[in-house]
Parts: sequence; C-alpha cells; structure tokens
Amino acid sequence: MLPFILKRLGLAVLVALTVSFISFSLLFLSGDPAAALAGETASGEDIEAVRRLYGFDRPMLVQYGEWLWQAVQGNFGESYYFKLPVQSLIADRLSVTMTLGVCGITFALLTAVPLGVAAAIRPNSIIDRVALFLSVAGQAMPSFWFGLILIVLFAIQLGWLPPSGASSWRHYIMPTIVLGYYAMPAIMRLTRAGMLEVLNSDYIRTARAKGAGEMRVMFKHALRNAIIPVVSLAAVQMGFMLGGSIVVESVFALHGAGYLAWESIARNDLPTVQALILIFSMFYIVFNFLADVLNAWLDPRMRSS
Amino acid sequence: MNDMTKPLLSVRGLTLDIPMSNGTLHAVRALDFDLHRGETLCIVGESGSGKSLTSLAVIGLLEKNIRRNATQMNFDGTDLLTASKKQMRALRGNRIAMIFQEPMTSLNPAYTIGDQLIEALRLHKNVSREKARNRAIELLEKVGITAAASRLGQYPHQLSGGLRQRVVIAMALMCEPELIIADEPTTALDVTIQAQILSLLVDLTREMDVAMILITHDLGVVARVADKVGVMYAGELVESGPAADVFGKPLHPYTRGLLRCIPQPGKTERGAALGTIPGIVPSLIGDVKGCAFRTRCPHAVEACRDAIPERGEPPHKFLCVHPDGARAAEGEPA
Ligand SMILES: Nc1ncnc2c1ncn2[C@@H]1O[C@H](COP(=O)(O)OP(=O)(O)OP(=O)(O)O)[C@@H](O)[C@H]1O
Ligand code: SF4
Ligand SMILES: [Mg+2]
Repeated sequence: MLPFILKRLGLAVLVALTVSFISFSLLFLSGDPAAALAGETASGEDIEAVRRLYGFDRPMLVQYGEWLWQAVQGNFGESYYFKLPVQSLIADRLSVTMTLGVCGITFALLTAVPLGVAAAIRPNSIIDRVALFLSVAGQAMPSFWFGLILIVLFAIQLGWLPPSGASSWRHYIMPTIVLGYYAMPAIMRLTRAGMLEVLNSDYIRTARAKGAGEMRVMFKHALRNAIIPVVSLAAVQMGFMLGGSIVVESVFALHGAGYLAWESIARNDLPTVQALILIFSMFYIVFNFLADVLNAWLDPRMRSS
Repeated sequence: MNDMTKPLLSVRGLTLDIPMSNGTLHAVRALDFDLHRGETLCIVGESGSGKSLTSLAVIGLLEKNIRRNATQMNFDGTDLLTASKKQMRALRGNRIAMIFQEPMTSLNPAYTIGDQLIEALRLHKNVSREKARNRAIELLEKVGITAAASRLGQYPHQLSGGLRQRVVIAMALMCEPELIIADEPTTALDVTIQAQILSLLVDLTREMDVAMILITHDLGVVARVADKVGVMYAGELVESGPAADVFGKPLHPYTRGLLRCIPQPGKTERGAALGTIPGIVPSLIGDVKGCAFRTRCPHAVEACRDAIPERGEPPHKFLCVHPDGARAAEGEPA
C-alpha cells in the first residue's frame, strides 16, 4: 500500500506544480500587469517604475519561484481592489465555503447512497421510482431556482429558517440542501448501477450459499465493492463544491470563497483570483489524492497495480 | 444413530417453471432422486438440460422469477419446501455447502482469503476468531495449499484459478457439511489441473464422509467416483441408478449415445468431454408433451409423442416407450 500512496503523492505534487505555474502565468496572460497597476493615465515612465518596483522586469521563472515560495508560506500578495493582504481576505471566506462544502457532500452522500442501495435492491419498485424522480428533478432544476423556492417556502412563508447570511448553523441548512441536492443524482445513480452489477456477481451468490443473511450480503459483500467508484465521484464533487458553490453562495448571500472569486474576476483583482485558483485546485488535487488512497484501501486489486 | 436406510436428501416431482415473454419455460420436469449419507451422485447432461437449476433448487437459491414445485423435498427431516428463509440460511453453508463453477469470480475481491474462510465458519458456529483461523489453516493445508497461514492474508486476485478453487473447496468444508453440491467445479480451470482438483474434492468428501452431488461433463470422472448417476436431458432425469448399473447396462437411448462417444471406464481418458449427438433439443416453452429426445432418437416411434412411462427396476429407472429402452434394436444384450 505504501508504494502506491507514494506514487500517487508524487503525481499529485507534479499536478499541483503545473497548476500553480498556470495560475501564476495568468498575471501575464491577461496583459501587462505593470500597466494595469499603474492605471490608465500613467505615462510610459510611470509604468516602467511600477514594473521595477513590483519586480516584473525579472525573468519569469525567477518571479514564479518567488511567488510560489511566498504562496507556500501563505503569502499571496496584496489585493488590487481591497488593498489588503489576499490571505486575510480569503481566510474568512474559505471557512464559509468549506463548511458549506463539507455539509453539502455529507448531505448528498447520506441521501444518495441509501437511496441508491434501496433502489438497486428492488429495481422498479416504488423506492426506485421515487429515487429516479428525485434524481431527474435534481438534474433538471437549476440551483438558484431550487434555492429561491426553499427561501420562499421555509424562510418567508413558514419563517422556520433565516433566508440569508452565515451567522449561525441554521443559516447553513438550506444552502446545504441545495448544494447537496446538486451532487446527489450522480452519486445515487452510480450507487444504484454499481449495486445492481455487484448483486449479479458470483461472489454474492457465494455469500448467499454460505448462509449469509440479506443485510450482510447487501452491506458487507455488495456495498463494499459497489462503493468504490462512488468514492472517486464524491471526491470530484467535493472539489467542485469547494470551488463552484458560487451560485448557492450568492442566492443565500453567504459570502464565501466562490463568491469572492466571482467578484474578483469582475474587478480584475488578479492576486486574489490567482490565490483562489491555486487554492481551489489544491483542494481538488488533495481530494483526488484522498479518493485514490481510500479506493486503494477499499479495493485490494488497486494496491498491487 | 442415524437411520442408514433413510436418505439424507429426498426429492420427488421437482418441477421448475420460468415465465418468459413467449410462454412458460418448463426448465425442469418431475425430477425424482434420493441421496444417502456419504454417497456421490453424479448428474450429467448437455448444456441447458437443467443441472444447475436443480442444484440451486435444492439450496433455495433460485432466482426470484423461477417457480419451484415438488411433491417432496426433504433434507434429513427438514422439509425444504416449507422451510423458512431463516431455516434455509441455517442449512446453507453449514449442513449443505455449494461449490460453483467460476473460481475466478466466486470469491469476494474486497476481502482476504482468511476473512472469507473465517466468515464461513462463524456464520454458523459460535467459535472465536482465533479458533476459526486455526480451522481455516487446517483446511487450507488439507486442500493442499502450502504456507497456509500466510495465505490467509492474501486477496483472491493474488491467487491462480486452481488455488482459488482449492480455497473455495476449503470454504465449503469449514462447517463440516453433510452434503456438498459441486456444479462443474473444474470446468473453468486449466485442463492440467482439473483432474487434481477433482480428485482432491472426491478424496476429501470420502474421507469426511460427506454426500456429494457432482455436476460434471466429464464421464471419465463419473465412471471413477459416482455411486449413483443421473442422466438429464432437456429438463428430465431420463435415466438414473447405481453407477455400475447405468454404466453396465445403459437403458435410455440417450445414455447409450453419450457412453458411445467415450471409451469405457479403465480405458477412459480423464477429461474426456461428453460426445455430441446430432440433432437439436426441442423448445421447452409452452406445452411439453412426450419424449423430448424424440427429435434425435434413432428409435423414435409415434407413441413417443405421448406421455412416456417410467420403466426399469428401482433403483435403476429410465423413461422410454420401449420396455428395454430399444437395447435389443441396437443389438445390446438384454
Ligand atoms: N434465470 C433464468 N431465467 C430464464 N431462463 C433460465 C434461467 N436460468 C436458467 N434458465 C434456462 O433454464 C435451462 C436450464 O439451465 P441450467 O443452467 O440449469 O442448465 P445446465 O444443465 O446447468 O447447463 P450447463 O451445463 O451449461 O451449465 C436453460 O435453458 C437456461 O437457459
Ligand atoms: S421414448 Fe421414444 S424418443 Fe424417447 S428415448 Fe424412447 S424411443 Fe427414443
Ligand atoms: Mg450449469
């Protein structure tokens, strides 16, 4: 198992370096950063002065090295817009996004996996149909619309939950449901398909022939094998959720990192965008790595390959 | 003590119907057989003749869409027809063990050999993991696996097909069953190890005095190990009886066709497959009347379209309109 983990870790680091280089290059892809910083009215000399001041005149690789060195220490420079250190700007927002992401994926898994298993145990039953309906509806319904429906129903009509903000756990309930529901259909279907396939396999027949009860057959023998691809999918979804919850964050006015990214792109606030892209990618890479490790733990065949 | 004359397993009139889109498939029809303690019953017959369905019917693992009917199905005093799910579970893997054809896929890829062997015992017996582990090692050694203790930590994908089937055999023996049903246990294996694994299975069942239903295509094996033989054709047991009688005086034309395709015991080569008899098997969907073999039988007459009487002197029985199974017509001694 250890060689496998080390190999995957090496791969993850390589990907991370590549991604960091790309996000660093953004600064240059979007035009001359010195000109942008100096402002529209600046003269050629002013621009040159800014270029020297910020070190844009040095070779790109040197700049990248220094930027990376700073980034690793949590130092992402100063926001063009807020004139504040990017890291302090991001820190609060990130905790909102992470809370939401963790709650969202947990909600998705807790609903999708049992539903997928139940649907596979009795294909074409009522449960299977309900599950299918929920998953089609989940895919057809835009998040912002679902979010608004929940707000109208539970915040405005019934008054049970706060419509927006992030000041208590109750503020997270509706965003969690909306975000989780977005990830649920794919997880549910993969669980169902995996279970159906596994339940038809010879080793399930063997388990029954041993005299194992249905619960044991379903959970110990079948789900354990069917869940393997679900783990990878959930990790990918988690990665998306941490970066891509912009819609949910805006609907519920939860000021998280996704929302910040969206604002910063609009404001051309490059250091902030760079830092967020780097952080989102790292999440993505870390979750994929964790999924690989978890998969290897679940599937012994993978460890040796 | 057990009543030695009372069969361990007794089946009468076993019938399996499968509803299909174009009618009912009468896959198995009115099967009768008995098996005593320690006996080996070999079931032979072409692909699709209903051998696997019959074995699954005994342990109650038929797919849900298959309808099972019988006038009697008794395992050592337990009525298998009325037994609850719980009672069947208590029998399966404990008193009746099953070995399937596909060793490559019969073991769960996610668990170690040890886990799966230990589970087989602990599902039925209240023993510690440590004791179960020792039993697993003992049985792995018995099935000829070296370094048994270290194998316990291995996963199925780390073993060859032959080794996996040995593990499956060890697993079947964990609870000291009284009956083992082995459905073509070696067909999927390399020809060179088929004979080894089969001898192992036969030797162990003899040594442990376990009754066995062995489904196989290998008539050489049947000649060597069977106490009783059942010949299936298109869902019926067309001939059954003590091995010596069936081999010595095959009464059903189909049985003789099969035997003609292979050399006699002694001269029989191991691994010789069933020969092929020209012709096609009729559809078993809808009303099935008369002898299903008549489309291929050289002795078929008009009466073969009607109900076929059961003939022979028990325990050697066969189904044919001809009182001698047309032995005379083939110039065989009466
Ligand atoms: N679940 C099922 N649904 C429909 N038909 C089935 C099902 N299981 C078996 N059959 C049919 O029943 C017949 C008997 O099948 P069975 O598997 O018992 O044959 P077999 O004698 O074991 O053949 P083989 O030597 O190929 O293993 C076949 O025609 C098969 O197609
Ligand atoms: S009943 Fe007729 S067809 Fe069937 S085996 Fe006898 S002679 Fe042949
Ligand atoms: Mg079969």
